[in-house]
Amino acid sequence: MGIRIQREVFDIGQLTRSLHANNPQVGAVVNFVGYVRDINNARKVDSLFLEHYPGMTEKSLQTIVDKANDLWPLQAVDIVHRIGRLAIADPIVFVGVASQHRQAAFDACAFIMDFLKTHAPFWKREDTNAGPRWVDARDSDRVAASRWV
Amino acid sequence: MILINYFARYREQLNLGGEKLALTPSLKSIEDVRQLLMARGGVWQDVLGESNLMCALNQELCRLDRPVENFDEIAFFPPVTGG
Repeated sequence: MGIRIQREVFDIGQLTRSLHANNPQVGAVVNFVGYVRDINNARKVDSLFLEHYPGMTEKSLQTIVDKANDLWPLQAVDIVHRIGRLAIADPIVFVGVASQHRQAAFDACAFIMDFLKTHAPFWKREDTNAGPRWVDARDSDRVAASRWV
Repeated sequence: MILINYFARYREQLNLGGEKLALTPSLKSIEDVRQLLMARGGVWQDVLGESNLMCALNQELCRLDRPVENFDEIAFFPPVTGG
C-alpha cells in the first residue's frame, strides 16, 4: 500500500495480491494499468519519456488518495507510476483499490485515474518517426475529471 | 527571494529548469511574477502567455491570483499528461 514513483517495471500480480493479503475484509480489488501505445495522434511512437516534479508528484497523489478515502469506504489503495524512458507496450501506471464491495472499488479507481491524469505533475514526451514531441493534454481527460465535482 | 521552476516543454523552450528571483514589493501574486517574466519578451512572452498554463505554489496546484511570500517555491508548466 502506498505511492511509489520509480523507473523500474512493476509486477502487477504481486501488487494485486498485496492489496488483499492479510485482510479478510477485502471483497473486491479493482486495478487499472496504463501501457505505452505504438501509435498516438497518427504518428508511430518509438518510445516514451516521462518527466515529473519530484516532491509535488508524491504530494498530489496523496491528496487524490485522501479524497478517494473520504468519498468511499476503502481498505487499501496502491499507486505506482513510472518515470524515465519507457518502451512500447511497457506498463506506465498501476492504480489498485481494495474495498469490501465492488462498486466502491470501481468508482474509486476511476476517480483516482481521472484526477491523476489532470492534477499530478507528470509529462510525456514521445520519440516518433518525425522526431520528439511533448504530448498535449486531452480535453476528454479534463471532462472526465469534472464529472466527479 | 523566491524559487521558480519550469517543467517539460516549458523548460525546453525557455532553456531553463529554474531560477531565483528577488521578491520586490510589486510582486504580490503569482500573476505579478508571470507578468514580470513575460516582459522579458520573445519565448518568455509566448510560453508564459499560453492560455492553458498551469502553476503551483509550494508544490500544490493553484490559481494565478495566489499571493506570493518570501522563500516560496513557484512552478510553471504545461497541462499535465501522466497516466
